[in-house]
Amino acid sequence: MRFELTPRTNASTMMRVFASVAAFITAFLIAGFVIWLMGRSPIAAFDVYVLQPLSDPWSLQELIVKATPMALIAIGLSYCFRANLWNIGAEGQYVIGAVLGSWIALKTHGMDAGFWVLPLMLLLGIIGGALWGLIPAFLKTRFGVNEILTSLMLVYVAQLTLDYLVRGPWRDPKGFNFPQSVTFDPAATLPPILEAGRVHYGAVFAAIAVLVTAVILGRTLFGYRLKLTGDAPRAARFAGFSSKATTLAVFAISGGLAGLAGISEVSGQIGQLQPSISPGYGFTAITVAFLGRLNPIGILVASLVVALTFIGGESAQIMLKLPLDLTQAFQGILLMCVLAADAMVSYRIRLAARGGGQ
Amino acid sequence: MTTFEAILLTIVTASTPLLIAALGELVTERSGVLNLGVEGMMAMGAACSFAAAVTFDSTLLGVAAGMMAGALMAALFALLVLGFAANQTGSGLALTILGLGLSGLIGAPFVGARRDPIAPVDIPGLSDIPVVGRLFFEQDLFVYASLALTILVAIYLVKTRSGLTLRSIGENHTSANALGLPVRQVRFWAILFGGACAGLAGAYLALVYTRFWSPGMTAGRGWIALALVVFAAWRPAWVLVGAYIFGAATVLQLHAQAAQFGVPSQVLSAVPYLATIIALLLLSIRHGRAIGAPGSLGVPFVPDR
Amino acid sequence: MKADVPPSGTPLVELKGISKRYGDLLANDGIDLSIEPGEIHALLGENGAGKSTLVKILYGVIEPSAGEIRWEGRPVTIGSPVEARALGLGMVFQHFSLFDELSVAENIAVALSSDWSLSTVREKLGEISRTYGLALDADRAVWTLSAGERQRIEIVRCLLQNPRLLILDEPTSVLTPQEAEHLFTTLDRLSSEGCAILYISHKLEEVRRLCRRATILRAGRVVATIDPRASSAREIAALMVGNAVGEVRTDAPHHPQGETLKVSNLSMPPAGLHGQALRDINLVARAGEVVGIAGVAGNGQSELFAALSGERLADRPEALAINGKPSGTMGIDARRRLGAAFVPEERLGHAAAPSHRLSENTLISHAATEVSRSGFILMNAAKRVARSIIQSFDVRAPEGDPQARKLSGGNLQKFVIGREIIRKPKLLIVDQPTWGVDAGAARLIRQALVDLAREGSAVVIVSQDLDELFEVADRMAVIHQGILSPLKPIGEWTKEAVGLEMLGVAQAQGGVHAV
Repeated sequence: MRFELTPRTNASTMMRVFASVAAFITAFLIAGFVIWLMGRSPIAAFDVYVLQPLSDPWSLQELIVKATPMALIAIGLSYCFRANLWNIGAEGQYVIGAVLGSWIALKTHGMDAGFWVLPLMLLLGIIGGALWGLIPAFLKTRFGVNEILTSLMLVYVAQLTLDYLVRGPWRDPKGFNFPQSVTFDPAATLPPILEAGRVHYGAVFAAIAVLVTAVILGRTLFGYRLKLTGDAPRAARFAGFSSKATTLAVFAISGGLAGLAGISEVSGQIGQLQPSISPGYGFTAITVAFLGRLNPIGILVASLVVALTFIGGESAQIMLKLPLDLTQAFQGILLMCVLAADAMVSYRIRLAARGGGQ
Repeated sequence: MTTFEAILLTIVTASTPLLIAALGELVTERSGVLNLGVEGMMAMGAACSFAAAVTFDSTLLGVAAGMMAGALMAALFALLVLGFAANQTGSGLALTILGLGLSGLIGAPFVGARRDPIAPVDIPGLSDIPVVGRLFFEQDLFVYASLALTILVAIYLVKTRSGLTLRSIGENHTSANALGLPVRQVRFWAILFGGACAGLAGAYLALVYTRFWSPGMTAGRGWIALALVVFAAWRPAWVLVGAYIFGAATVLQLHAQAAQFGVPSQVLSAVPYLATIIALLLLSIRHGRAIGAPGSLGVPFVPDR
Repeated sequence: MKADVPPSGTPLVELKGISKRYGDLLANDGIDLSIEPGEIHALLGENGAGKSTLVKILYGVIEPSAGEIRWEGRPVTIGSPVEARALGLGMVFQHFSLFDELSVAENIAVALSSDWSLSTVREKLGEISRTYGLALDADRAVWTLSAGERQRIEIVRCLLQNPRLLILDEPTSVLTPQEAEHLFTTLDRLSSEGCAILYISHKLEEVRRLCRRATILRAGRVVATIDPRASSAREIAALMVGNAVGEVRTDAPHHPQGETLKVSNLSMPPAGLHGQALRDINLVARAGEVVGIAGVAGNGQSELFAALSGERLADRPEALAINGKPSGTMGIDARRRLGAAFVPEERLGHAAAPSHRLSENTLISHAATEVSRSGFILMNAAKRVARSIIQSFDVRAPEGDPQARKLSGGNLQKFVIGREIIRKPKLLIVDQPTWGVDAGAARLIRQALVDLAREGSAVVIVSQDLDELFEVADRMAVIHQGILSPLKPIGEWTKEAVGLEMLGVAQAQGGVHAV
């Protein structure tokens, strides 16, 4: 048995959209099978995972809240992945953005400081994430160190940094020894868009990021530069685009957006620093970016879809006693299905029954 | 046993899973395939081996289950990158995410269970030599197996016919295909071997190193194994050296934490990760770009027929 | 025009009605071909005529869509190169099937059946080398070897298996004239020992020197089987190309002046592991002339192109001056702004992005000029530029704004050369302008290059095709191991002299050594 691949020359946009949808359905079927193997009803699980969150206004808000950080991070990653650069350390950039931004919140705690606190926090969040992202980029451009491994290693370092801070110098002295910082002042809290709602301004940032990115990738020379760098790196050099500058730029952008996601989440959603401030948004965003086919609008949709699995996962844990790890497993399956669907768009794949050889 | 001897012994224990996983990945990469899913395969190996060992009360079955789990995960990866010519980086990441999630599911019922230590195998006579005797000749079977594996992989790659074929395919799959070498078949087995090794490394973690299961217990060891392959410039002997250096770093930072030097424990915990970055950096500074990397590493192969 | 040599007995191999379809393209269309034992049979045809596809089918690398292969009269299925070798076929690939990091002996062993150990290979290698004068060091890594030596590995690999039929795909494209002559002697000898040879080429002279029978392919079909010695070059060329190809007009008067490009003592370390260093290059190209740079592949041509284009920078500005302005440390974009334009060797992936539309591909070299404004792409302007290139340079492309990879080699090459010429550059540097391009497109491209020079630009052509350089260049130099010979007017060069320079013999001022 062997696989035969014939390149397709006429892959249309419709086919690509269809492929994403097909990948999603396939992933659901596989996950349903796994749930059935675990002795639960896949139908009940589908109800809890998908239908219930979508029919409840509170869950719909929660959906946007969860989608926000993933959309922001995935938008940033799309810059890297388009240029064929592999930043897989967004989780760390998210954490450092949150830490650096929170530093202002903690410094001004109880000072009744002015309106400038929040913008400064956001700015420092972006800078923190960008700087953390620039470390692997710099190591790559200056010394040729593989960015995949370094960006990933820095995630652990970032998480340990956060852990040290909330257990050590930044621990709330009145917090009964819990490893957490003080609760942020109102001046340091990202407000909800609607008075009584849960959706904070991070969602607006995500929407802006989507729109700006759509323009940059579709209409500007910089966008073309990324596409060219990813599709034909030698042609990019021939066009006069420095690959080093491109590398630094995309890591700064994706790190910055991850940092913005981090500080938005902490100041708009959690309200304080804790040892864990992310259920793996930085890693899940990789799936989101691929599922959205590195297209800004696609990523927006994909982030909402994946957010659904997070919310569904939480309620399934309570209602069906399905472990939370199922959500992560599902995301892995989903990413695999997306990659396989990608291949099926590029190649006509045929299973030939012939032993030996290729 | 003196404290010093005890430390040395734990270094061997900490290094062994890194060595086994990195050797497997080395063979996969020498065939031209980059499998970033080591962490996921290792986690699956750990969960499945522990589950099987507890269920059947058999270390042997546990080990077998761990290797099977790693190989099965690798087969999934092979389907994607060989069957569908999918992007290897993305597929490897997907494998990691899936492995971490799935291992959590499989391991969940076994949280809290413990296994008894495995009796070391004493090589009579040799183990009586002071210090080195106990260090090298009174270890568990895995340690001997990992050292044997290093030698076997080295011999396989350099001395055997099949090893030559594998290296050729990794070097240039277009030429290999033109000569009629079975590119995808060889890669399939190399990927499977890498998966089985990662699974075995996971089994070692769960059955010997910690003797319990907890989610996320691989703690980045799979990624360190990947870095070791780069660090070793794709040579088995250097993987051995690298694994022991990293094992030592891990153990020493643990002892430093216990000794309470006044350095925050998190700083010490970060040592293995920082050491990986620094090792990769030093290597790049000395040699320029990834020296020794197989020519076709990470490039999807689509046979033209 | 059937050959008058009657086939004697059963042919060694017979192809009947071989077809191969790739999507819409019929690469081979009902091809019949037969080869006698001990015969040297030529397979002639333009680039893209289907020669490589046919031999890959014969060697089992690709599967035919239809047709039959008979080996000594009985039908066979050749499912893989391993099966082909077992039958007694050997193949010397045009783009060698070698492994750079492995040693010569390992490279040979890996292609042989598993009962060959490395030590037997070493032994036999010595034997074969002595018998056929194919000197090779078993333990050298392949990347250290010259193209000629690499080809020897491929040939020895085949000879070790005592082939009945040896296939050579464009074997002389990487050889110096002297190395080629040596190869012909070896082939004559093999043929006299009873080994049949299928010799693929688009060079008439060689075929007339070697073969008694030639099968000519055009657009995937056999158009004739002839005796190449009995037909005139003009007749054969007409069969290959289909219609007569005109010659390039180069006789327009010209008075080159000024120094549009001046390279002074340019040296550069090798890029990457196996690159070639450039050593002390001096070169002047004047407005109005075509300067040719000859050389065997891998002697620093791509490095020279990278240095001239600014893809790699010199360490001092004066190493290179464009229109009198020191620009050795300027990037490619800055050099373009000085009036220079560049066409690299690789069409797909270097000159153009395969998956991008032609309009997007104009951005690659026009980005700094009319197709963008303050960072935004002017897509309509880009489409206009693409259309005018298509019209001016007779680019035959699918309707609309197709992806670059949908164009045939010749048409894409016309597009990328047109993309540069349309900018009216003062200096154009082209690496292998007609590599793998059909005769019609090649003529159009050469004419366009000559016309550009006659209109007052300086044109530098780096090419492995000596005939091309003799046709269009006004002055020429030869590059060997990163050293450039002095530039001399084309009339002062002979092919022999160029060959000696290509071997580095002239530089060393030593005697002619055997290759």
